[in-house]
This record gives sequence, structure tokens and C-alpha cells, in this order.
Amino acid sequence: MSGTVTAVLGTDAPARLEVDRLLDDPQTRIVVCCGSGGVGKTTTAAALGVRAAERGRRVVVLTIDPARRLAQSMGIDSLDNTPRRVAGVGGSGGASGGGELHAMMLDMKRTFDEIVEAHADAERSRAILENPFYQSLSAGFAGTQEYMAMEKLGQLRARDDWDLIIVDTPPSRSALDFLDAPKRLGSFLDGKFIRVLMAPAKVGGRAGMKFLNVGMSMMTGTLSKVMGGQLLKDVQTFVAAMDTMFGGFRTRADATYRLLQAPGTAFLVVAAPEPDALREAAYFVERLAAEDMPLAGLVLNRVHGSGAVQLSAERALAAAENLDEGGIVDQEPGKAGVRGSGTTPEDGSPAAVDEITAGLLRLHAERMQVIAREQQTRDRFTSLHPEVAVAEVAALPGDVHDLAGLRAIGDRLAAGGPAGV
Amino acid sequence: MVSGKGGTGKTTVAAALALALATEGRRTLLVEVEGRQGIAQLFGTEALPYEERKIAVAPGGGEVFALAIDAERALLDYLQMFYKLGSAGRALKKLGAIDFATTIAPGLRDVLLTGKACEAVRRTDKAGRYVYDHVVMDAPPTGRVTRFLNVNDEVAGLARIGPIHHQAQAVMKVLKSPQTAVHLVTLLEEMPVQETADGRAELAEAGLPLGRVIVNMVRPHHLDEAALQAAAGKQRAGVAQALSRAGLGGARRGGLAERLVDPLLEQAAEHAERVGLERAQRAVLDGLGVSTYELPLLGRGMDLAGLYELATELRKQVSAE
Ligand SMILES: Nc1ncnc2c1ncn2[C@@H]1O[C@H](COP(=O)(O)OP(=O)(O)OP(=O)(O)O)[C@@H](O)[C@H]1O
Ligand SMILES: Nc1ncnc2c1ncn2[C@@H]1O[C@H](COP(=O)(O)OP(=O)(O)OP(=O)(O)O)[C@@H](O)[C@H]1O
Ligand SMILES: [Mg+2]
Ligand SMILES: [Mg+2]
Repeated sequence: MSGTVTAVLGTDAPARLEVDRLLDDPQTRIVVCCGSGGVGKTTTAAALGVRAAERGRRVVVLTIDPARRLAQSMGIDSLDNTPRRVAGVGGSGGASGGGELHAMMLDMKRTFDEIVEAHADAERSRAILENPFYQSLSAGFAGTQEYMAMEKLGQLRARDDWDLIIVDTPPSRSALDFLDAPKRLGSFLDGKFIRVLMAPAKVGGRAGMKFLNVGMSMMTGTLSKVMGGQLLKDVQTFVAAMDTMFGGFRTRADATYRLLQAPGTAFLVVAAPEPDALREAAYFVERLAAEDMPLAGLVLNRVHGSGAVQLSAERALAAAENLDEGGIVDQEPGKAGVRGSGTTPEDGSPAAVDEITAGLLRLHAERMQVIAREQQTRDRFTSLHPEVAVAEVAALPGDVHDLAGLRAIGDRLAAGGPAGV
Repeated sequence: MVSGKGGTGKTTVAAALALALATEGRRTLLVEVEGRQGIAQLFGTEALPYEERKIAVAPGGGEVFALAIDAERALLDYLQMFYKLGSAGRALKKLGAIDFATTIAPGLRDVLLTGKACEAVRRTDKAGRYVYDHVVMDAPPTGRVTRFLNVNDEVAGLARIGPIHHQAQAVMKVLKSPQTAVHLVTLLEEMPVQETADGRAELAEAGLPLGRVIVNMVRPHHLDEAALQAAAGKQRAGVAQALSRAGLGGARRGGLAERLVDPLLEQAAEHAERVGLERAQRAVLDGLGVSTYELPLLGRGMDLAGLYELATELRKQVSAE
């Protein structure tokens, strides 16, 4: 691999994503943070929320599975599925101009339960909630979390209590899941077989009836043999109880989907400068374009930089070796500066200082290799999608788990430029 | 069973483990259950069918087979085996009934998937020898793995009698035996370690056997705190001189070497902070009282050679015990 580092702001560098302009624009009503697993969606969403509130907006952030300490620092670690005011952000005077931050974390099962309760009388909803099929569906169906995130977004938007909603998206391999999974649940609940179970007579004419009846009795017969008789009864109660709601699921999914296409919605694709994450980001960018969904830009998170880019990895390594050889005889090569070696750094002997310095140089070489690799990966994305504006966020050495950390991320998001040290 | 938080390297570690266990002429089966074709991607082959295929050879003549288990197909096979459905099975599938059943019947999908893996574990050839010495599953992530494996409890609400019930009990017998180990992959970061702790507790409560915690993507530590403080304090000038001696320019104020000191120290401080956080997470893992294996972060990214490298590393640690 070549160790050269292209200038971070070369001539073909992508446009900078103006995060503050996006957050300050009163037309911006919804910001959706998407991306593949573990790239920093939740952190970005929370940091944008804090920043927007401190710039005067009345914001709600919908987080999904935040890290425990982050949730605690925002006071949303109790799962009550409604937004809570975050203390210490915005509010009383200052530069914040009356901004407020509210935040919540999504409880997917509870959101599902609430849909049921809102659409059925008490007795019927109890029957549904206790049904094992419902329980399995609400806890385990791939896509339920995405569906409920969209559902909650729809609810928050309908309440109209906030002028900016920032949405985090569920951890999943692919960013596309957020767009696809809700439809999957919708069409499952609205699917052929459920319609058959509900009302065989409604589907098709006489010939269809016959076929379906054969299918039905076969199905119910075999399944009750395989799993025991209780099964069929449960399926039937479930389907009967959900009857009026089924069509509604797809309609609701469709409505929220349209909300995502509306002006006022902005998507941010979050990615780490790694091949998998940026490949996913590219797919997602293409998909948004195909769906007429407005992309604001790419947040390139956890980018590494260095204050000494003038010193290449190769030269740093050569210099480190030079120091290793410089008279330190009682030591294996390649172990300079590692714990447990003979000299102690405090003794200030030239050998000890050389050892430390060689360690510093090796660290730098590693950093430069990381930077080169990240740059290559980013160049590939930029050449595919030169039109996408980018904000870079430096990798902080530690986790982001409190308001101060979120502000630091917010500052970097807004500065947007190359991640220096 | 290999589980862990999403993205920590479950698929990679499961594959490396299958390779490691296949040395010395052994035969292993690597299975995946989430329909993601992660194994095919990792080995750079075409999508795996629902069929056991040889996917790699291990040093010393061992073989790794792979299988992507598909719940719908497994249910059809199963119905076929017990009820001789014939073409009626296809009709059920067409109607969406199979999809419906495997999606919504609590535990059915899981008992089918684990059932298939257990069948491979127990399978013997004509001479009565096990066909596979080891079966390694790239299992669902920590948050779902206990429910996934605890099929008996899961289907209990539905099937108190009948073949599914028997199947679940047979699966549980294998899963709770010393033949099984659930390994949890983690990184030295807060969330994966937290999930490991939660996962360990849940597995214990369900009576499922925890294997190792596999700490993945471990990075080397170049400098310790003491060295760093010395460099930043009293030895600052010494560092500039050492850099200069190593051929990186002048050590005087404003010289090329002297100007490197600040940025290098800053990088080292970040490194030290990260090392400190990693140590804290390691202490949390130690507090759990589980034994660990460690796999290094491969700097150049993952490829087949890297996978063999990780397998060798695992092999070394397994045989060092
Ligand atoms: N710029 C950064 N520097 C350092 N650490 C960061 C940065 N951004 C995020 N992190 C840390 O990375 C971890 C993952 O971040 P986060 O939870 O936001 O990702 P996510 O995309 O929401 O993940 P998931 O897909 O699991 O939901 C967290 O521990 C967070 O503190
Ligand atoms: N030791 C390692 N060194 C370098 N890269 C690694 C290592 N282990 C895993 N990776 C890389 O990390 C990424 C995630 O690994 P992998 O897909 O195995 O994780 P996973 O836990 O199976 O993810 P998922 O939850 O999405 O199934 C992959 O790009 C893989 O190549
Ligand atoms: Mg998240
Ligand atoms: Mg995987």
C-alpha cells in the first residue's frame, strides 16, 4: 500500500455539509440519521438535538437503543415511551433564545401495544395483547423495530409540539432496512395468508374458494398436528381480534413513508470511513434519490487526523528503528517503549528517552496508515457521489456519553472540515 | 455457538473457529441462520444453497463445510418427513402458510434452525462415527440468543405435545449438555462489554453453557502512562533531541524535529486515554469471571489470509490450555 496522504482538502474535495444552516432553517422539521450498524447514528442524533436546542429550536430527539450511560446523561433511561425534557440544555435566556431539548428512547413493544389499544376496545385489545402470536410478532419480527420507529415519528409529528424532530434509526446491518422493514411488516400483516384466514369468502370466486378451503384445512390440519391443537385456536383468536386493524398497518406505514418524502424532511447518512460502512452509505444515497427523499449530506464519523502529516509512516518507522539500534543492546527489537522493558522512563537516561521516542514514532506510523486507508475509502465514495456534501467528525479517543461529549461532537459537526487533532 | 453484539465479529470469529477446529484432518460444519449469506461473503464464494458444501480446507488436511439454514425449507422438510405431504407442501408455501407459520408461531423458526444444527451434531456415518467433529453456528446477536437457544420454553406455550414438542426437548438436551458452548464475541468498548455481561447473566439463568468471551480486534499498546508523562514533562527536550538524532531535523525551538514533539505527544495522549478505557473494560470482563481468548485487529482489513491468521491464533490459544 502506498503511504502517501493526499491533501485533505484537495481540488476535488466534496462540498462541506453546513450543519448549522440545516438546523437553523425553520423549514427543516425532521432530520433522520441513517447508516449501517455502529457508525454513530445515535450519537449524531443526540448531538444534533443538543446543538439545535442550544441554537434556539424546540427539539425532540427519538433515540433507539442508546448506550446506557448516554441515556442516563440525558435523563431518558426510564422507558416510558414519551419525550422528556432534557435538563441543562437550552432554556433560560443566554444565546439559546428559548430553545428546548426533549428526548425519548423507543420502546417498540409498547408502541405496538399502544397502536392496538388505540384501535380496539378494552376487551379486544386485552385478547390481542395476551395472544402468543401477537407477543411473538411484537417482540421478534424482523422489522418491528423499524416499523415502530416510523410509527413513533408519525405520532410525534402529529402532536406538533416541536418545531424540529430528530430521529435515530435502529441498529441494523443495512441502512436500507429503515426504509424497507416497515413495509415488510405492513405487507405481512396485510398478506395473502392472513386475508385467507380472516375471510376466505372475500377472496376469489368459487374456484378460488375451493382451492383456498383445501389449503386452509390442510394447513390447519397439519399445523395443529405438528404443534398441538392449541395453535389453531390461538391463530384464529389472533386473526379475528386483529381483523379491523390489518389493513391499517400498511396504510400507516405508507403514510409515514410519505412524510419522509415531504419537504422539511432531511436525511443524514452517517458512516465511518470504512469500506463496509461507506458501501452501505452509497447504496442508501442511491436509494434516497430513487425515492425522491431529500438527502442533506453525509456525516463521516470517527475520522482520524494528525497534526504531523508531514512525517510519513515510512520515515517514522525508519526513525524508530534508528533509535532502537542506537546502543540499546539489552532489548528485543520492536519492543521499544512497551511495558515491562528494562529501562524506566523516569530515569531520563538517553536509552529510556530513545525508547519513549521510538514508541511515539511507531504510534504515529500507525496513525498515518489509518489516515491513508481512510482517505482511500473516502476517495472511492467521493468519486461515486461527488454531489454529496460531507461533514467530518474526528474520532474522539473515548466514548461519547455525556452532554459535554455531545457538544464536542456538535461543534465538530458544525465545523465540518477535515478532522485535525 | 458464537454470539455477541452486532458488528463485533461474530461471523468472522465463527468462521475462524470452524477453521481452527478443523486442523489435523478433522471435519467441521459452519452454519448460519439469519439468511444473510455472511459466510459466502467472507469466503468470497457464491451464495450458499440450503445444502452442506465444502468451503475451505484447513492446514493438515481438515475440511470446513458450510450450510445456510433456511427456516421455511426446514419446515417443509420437516412436514415432509412426518406427514409425507408431497405436492401439498408446495401449495402451502404458495399460499404463504409456511412463511406465516415460521414468522409468527413463537419459537417455531428457532426450533427448526437449532434442530437442523443439532441433527448435524448427532449425525453418524455407516461406521457409527460422527460425520462432523464440530458444528459451529454463527448465532443471532446477544440480545436474542438466549431466547433463540431456549426453544423449549419458547414453544412450551404452543406445543405441549406432538413432534414439535419432542423436537424442542431433543434440541434442549444437546444445547444444555457439555457438548455445547456459547461463545460471546466482544470488543473492548462499553456497549459490547455491557452486552456480554447481560448475555452471560441471561445464559446462566436459562441454564445454557457459556463458553469463552472472545475479545476481538485487540490493538497493540505502544506506550504506557508513565512513559507518556515523562515524555510530556521533564523529557520533552530529550524527545526532541532523540527525534533529531533519528534524522528528523533540528531539535532547537522551531526546528523540524522540535515541531513534531507536540503533535506526537498529543497522539500519544489520545492513545493513553484509549488504553485506559480499554483497561477499564477489561477489568469489567475480568470481574465477570469468564475466561477469554483474544484476537488481534487486522490492520489491513479482512481477507481469506486474515481469516487463516485468526484461526491460527485461536488454535494457539486453545491448545495452550
Ligand atoms: N466521533 C466519535 N468519537 C469517538 N467515539 C464515538 C464517536 N461517535 C460515536 N462514538 C462511540 O461509538 C459507539 C457507537 O456509537 P452509536 O451508538 O452512536 O452508533 P450507532 O450507529 O447508533 O450504533 P447502532 O447501530 O448499534 O445503533 C458509542 O460508544 C459512541 O460513544
Ligand atoms: N480481528 C479483526 N480484524 C479486523 N477486522 C475485523 C476483525 N474481526 C472482524 N473484522 C471486520 O469487522 C466487520 C464486522 O465483522 P463481522 O461481519 O464478522 O461481524 P458480525 O458480528 O458478524 O456482524 P453482524 O452483527 O452484522 O452479523 C467486518 O468488516 C469484518 O471484516
Ligand atoms: Mg444506535
Ligand atoms: Mg454476522
